[in-house]
Amino acid sequence: MSASANNPQAGRALPWALVTPALGWTLLFFVLPFIAMGFSSLTAHEGGGFTLGNYSQFFTNPSYWQAMVNSLQVTAIVTVVSVLLAYPFAWILAEQVPERWQRLALMLAVLPFWTSYVVRSYSWLLVMAQNGVINRALTGSGLIAEPLQLANTRLATVTGFVHFFVMLLTLTIFANLKQLSPSYRKAAADLGAGPVRTFLHVVLPLTLPGIMVGAFLTFVLCIGDYITPQILGGNNELLMPQLVMMQIGRRGDFPLASALSIILMAVVTIAYLACARWLKIERA
Amino acid sequence: MRWFVRIASWAYALAVYGFIFLPVVVLVLFSLQATSFPIPPFTGPSLRWYDAVLSDTRLTSALVNSLLVASISSATAVTLGFLSAWGFARFVLPGSGLLRGLITLPLTVSYLIIGMGLLVLFNWAGVPKSLLAAGIGHVVINLPLCFAIIYSQMGDHQINIERAARDLGAPEWKVLLLITVPVMAPAIFAGFFLSMTFSWDEFVISFLLTRFETTLPVEIWNLLRSGLNPKTNAVGSLVFAVSIVLVVLFELTLLRRRKA
Repeated sequence: MSASANNPQAGRALPWALVTPALGWTLLFFVLPFIAMGFSSLTAHEGGGFTLGNYSQFFTNPSYWQAMVNSLQVTAIVTVVSVLLAYPFAWILAEQVPERWQRLALMLAVLPFWTSYVVRSYSWLLVMAQNGVINRALTGSGLIAEPLQLANTRLATVTGFVHFFVMLLTLTIFANLKQLSPSYRKAAADLGAGPVRTFLHVVLPLTLPGIMVGAFLTFVLCIGDYITPQILGGNNELLMPQLVMMQIGRRGDFPLASALSIILMAVVTIAYLACARWLKIERA
Repeated sequence: MRWFVRIASWAYALAVYGFIFLPVVVLVLFSLQATSFPIPPFTGPSLRWYDAVLSDTRLTSALVNSLLVASISSATAVTLGFLSAWGFARFVLPGSGLLRGLITLPLTVSYLIIGMGLLVLFNWAGVPKSLLAAGIGHVVINLPLCFAIIYSQMGDHQINIERAARDLGAPEWKVLLLITVPVMAPAIFAGFFLSMTFSWDEFVISFLLTRFETTLPVEIWNLLRSGLNPKTNAVGSLVFAVSIVLVVLFELTLLRRRKA
């Protein structure tokens, strides 16, 4: 953007007066809390002296370690399944649905996106409960004799997550497909490629960066979410955010909760750095 | 081959729509249940659980709290975001790129960690848990969003309109209020509405930072302890309805602006 027009009459004070409130808010309520969390993570829960114990606990206590493994597994499954489900769906919306209905079709496809987070997970509980809709339908039709254990499992957590991220990814992939100029496809057709070859060698590679951005967004939002695993997965298998909240809720152990939060954030940062070259988020 | 692709596409799209709408339909349907469990068979329709929600003062006051927190925090976020976007877009500031990066940084951090940080800070500074504390957290998550939306829309043609106003003798505050704000209104609206929906829906920050008086998502969470309950369905359906109204309003304002 070449918008930085110099305005000599304005003096020096005005621009700073404009940006200081926002900067101050960010420093005071985002950076400072982060520093406070850093300090807190280095103090002992009892006594308050300096310690690295909160961090070493994570590496030595197998149940903490397991929570991170669970989180990474669930997040990986959710990301892959969501992309695989959303891509064909977005493609159908962009290619098969007539132009004039597309906006409506897309709006409908993401409508439940706007239900509250808590309510969305609860709704899946209704569907998957012991005597919920799925089990009633299956036992009623005589397909199974005993209700299946669906709620309070990893499957339930993954289903709740996939539901949300299919909508999110459909939005981003649809936008990507629509941005693609039709001349690419015409050129491929002129050169003798059939629809399948055109898709595999032209459309798919060109939409890959968009998929990567969507997948990364999924990763970040999924690994930091507390609600979905807590409501749908229950306490059978803990994920990292549940472990963090547990330290605060049950034991008031702020230092350990801080250390675990910082570890979680470090993992996200590493993931970001690992795929930074595929992510062209900073396009402005 | 072509008709096969068509049929397969339709079947697939219908299946995904089914998956997307299944929980919402179940939620709304069983909010109309006449008996006390939101599970099949359906015994309604009945509005008794909506009655129960509307006569539950904890839920209604949580709803008012949510609206208050959402509107005040969104107004704050959009004001701070707009002023800073204007400052960065119109003036040359040292370290501009770095400072802009700082403002948008909270977008990359999960709400849980932002809430944790504020909890530790407030706990240490002796700030009690309250709706105000949660509102502060909501501004933290929405300010970068408002800033990014408004900043990305500040183009060169608007500079010329502002310059014209200045040449005609308008002082800086008049340029801001009479020229920049009206010209930027669509972006300001977009930022405000998006912030409203995010704040209205936000759970974990409110959960960590409020105690007795709380927001609707936290109050719904408290309802969940009683297990499956049609009352939860009813309040969930109401929240969904409010969100849909917000989204439709947002779409309509954008459409009107685009046509105008």
